[in-house]
Amino acid sequence: MSDLLVMLVVFTASSAIGYVMISKVPQRLHTPLMSMTNAISASTIIAALLLFSSKLDSPHKVLAAAAVALAAFNVIGGFTVTGRMLKMFKKQ
Amino acid sequence: MNNAANIAVDIAIILVLIAGISRFRTPAGARFGNAMAALALLFAVAVALYRNPMLSSNATLAAFALAASSLAAWRVSAKINMTRIPSLVAFQNGAGGLAALLVAIVEMSGAGPAPGAVASAAAAVSVSLGAATFSGSMIASLKLSGKIRQTPTVVPGHNIALLFLSAACAAAAALLFAPGDPTSALVSLAFLSLAFGALFSIRIGGADMPVLISFLNAATGMAAAFCGIVIQNRLLIACGAVVASSGFILTMVMCRAMNRSLMNIIVGGKAPARPPASSPATASSPELTAAPPAPVAASQPEQPAADPLSLAADALRAAKKLIVIPGYGMAIAQAQSETVALAGMLEQAGTEVKYAVHPVAGRMPGHMHVLLAEADVDYDKLFEMDDINAEFAETDVALIVGACDVVNPAAKEKEGTPISGMPVLNAGDARSVIVCNFDDKPGYSGVPNPLYERPNAILLFGDAKATLASLIAKLK
Repeated sequence: MSDLLVMLVVFTASSAIGYVMISKVPQRLHTPLMSMTNAISASTIIAALLLFSSKLDSPHKVLAAAAVALAAFNVIGGFTVTGRMLKMFKKQ
Repeated sequence: MNNAANIAVDIAIILVLIAGISRFRTPAGARFGNAMAALALLFAVAVALYRNPMLSSNATLAAFALAASSLAAWRVSAKINMTRIPSLVAFQNGAGGLAALLVAIVEMSGAGPAPGAVASAAAAVSVSLGAATFSGSMIASLKLSGKIRQTPTVVPGHNIALLFLSAACAAAAALLFAPGDPTSALVSLAFLSLAFGALFSIRIGGADMPVLISFLNAATGMAAAFCGIVIQNRLLIACGAVVASSGFILTMVMCRAMNRSLMNIIVGGKAPARPPASSPATASSPELTAAPPAPVAASQPEQPAADPLSLAADALRAAKKLIVIPGYGMAIAQAQSETVALAGMLEQAGTEVKYAVHPVAGRMPGHMHVLLAEADVDYDKLFEMDDINAEFAETDVALIVGACDVVNPAAKEKEGTPISGMPVLNAGDARSVIVCNFDDKPGYSGVPNPLYERPNAILLFGDAKATLASLIAKLK
C-alpha cells in the first residue's frame, strides 16, 4: 500500500512541477521542447532493460529486445535531433 | 527499494531532469538543458541496472538490441533534413508508444509472480495508451511526410466505431483482472487499441496536426508513467508524468491559438470543409493574379505595364520596415533560404526586418522557428503574434510566404466561419501586403481570404521559391 502511495506522490509532484516549468517555455523553443520530452518519454527503456533481469523464455526475449530497440531509437534519436535543432538557433 | 539512500538518489536524478527542462528559456540554455536531461536519463538507466543486474544469459541480446538501434537512431537524426522534423518526431513518438506496450505485455505475461490489481490496472492503461499512440503516431508521421493524404479521412460511422472500440477495450481490460493467464486479454486489448489509435488519428489532418502531435506526445508520456507503475519504478513514473504535462500544455496552447476546443478538433474532424469548388478556383487564379495591378498601376501612370513582380520590387525597395510572415507553404516550397536571402538583402539596404510567427503556423508547435533558425535567421528577429501585431500598422510591407489562415482578416470580421474568433496576424494593416502563396485558394480552414482583394495587396501566386528568386533578381 505504501508503494502505491509513493508512486501517486511521485506522479502528482512530477506532473505539477513539470507543468510549472514547461508553461514558461517560449514559443520559439516549442519544437525542441517536444522533441526532447519525446526522448524523455522513452525512459521506458529503463523498464525494457529491466525485463532482462529475470528469466525469459524465447518469445518474451524477442519482445523484450524489440522494446529495448524501439525505446533506444526514441531516446537516442530524440536527444540527438534536439541538440542539432538547438545548435541552429543563433544570434548574430 | 524504499530505503532512504535509494529515494535520495532517485530524487537527485529527477531534480537534474527538471533543472534541464527549466533551462528551456533561451536557445543557449536549452542546449545545456537537453544535455542535462540526457544525462539524467543515463543515470536513471545505470541506477536501475545497478539495483537489478541483468542475467548474464540475457545481457548479450539486450546489449545488441541497444547498440544496433542507438546507432540507427543516431545516423537518422544526425542527417535528417529539418523540414522532416515533424514526421520524425511523430515516428519516434510511435516507437516510444510501442516500447511501452511491449514492456507491459512481457511484464504481465512473463513467468514472474501473479500481478496484483494495481499492476493489472496500470498495465491495462499502459498497453492501450502505448498501442493507440503507436498506431496514431505512425499515421501522423505518414501524413506529415506526405506518404498518405494530409487531409482528414472520415469513414462511415467513424464516431460509432470509436465508441465501439472504446467499449471493447474496456471489456478486454476487465478480463485482465480474471485469474489465469492474462496473455490473450492483453493481446486483444493491444489490437483493439491499435485500431482505436489509427481511427482517432486519421480524421485529424492539415492545420490541426500541431494539436494531434502534441496530444500524442502527452499520451506517450502517460503510457510511460503507467509502465513505471507496473514495474514500480519511481524514475519512470516521474519522467512519464513530466512528458505528459508538457504534451498537455502544448496541446492547450495550440487549441487556444486556434480558438477551438480539443473536443472540437478531435471529434469535429475538420470544420465545414473547403468549398468543393476548388477546381474553379484554380481555373480563375490566373485572372486574379493579373487583376490586382490595375488599381495600383493607375497611381503610377508612367508605368502602365507594371506587373505584380515589379510592383512588389518597388514596394520592397521603398520599404523602411518589413515584416515577414512565414507559413507551412514556405516549408512545402522549401523557400526558407530565399525568404531569408531577400530579407537579408533589404536589411543590408537599411530596411528594418522582423519575422512574425503565428503559434499554429506549420505542422507542429514552433515549426517555423526551427526552419528559420536553420536558414540562419537571428532568433531575436522572430516575434510572437502578441508582441508584433500592433506593429503592422506602422509597417511598409508585410511579406507573406505560404501563409493563409493565420493572416485571414475574416477571422476577426466574419461570424460563423471555422476560423471566426481565431487570433490572426494583422498583415492587412501594413501599407502593402506582398503575398507569395501558391494560389488564391483558401487555406486549410476553407475560408476565402479577403486580404487578396484589398487594394494594398500585391499577389505573386506560384511556387514561393521561384517567386522569391525572381524578386531577388529584380532587386539586385
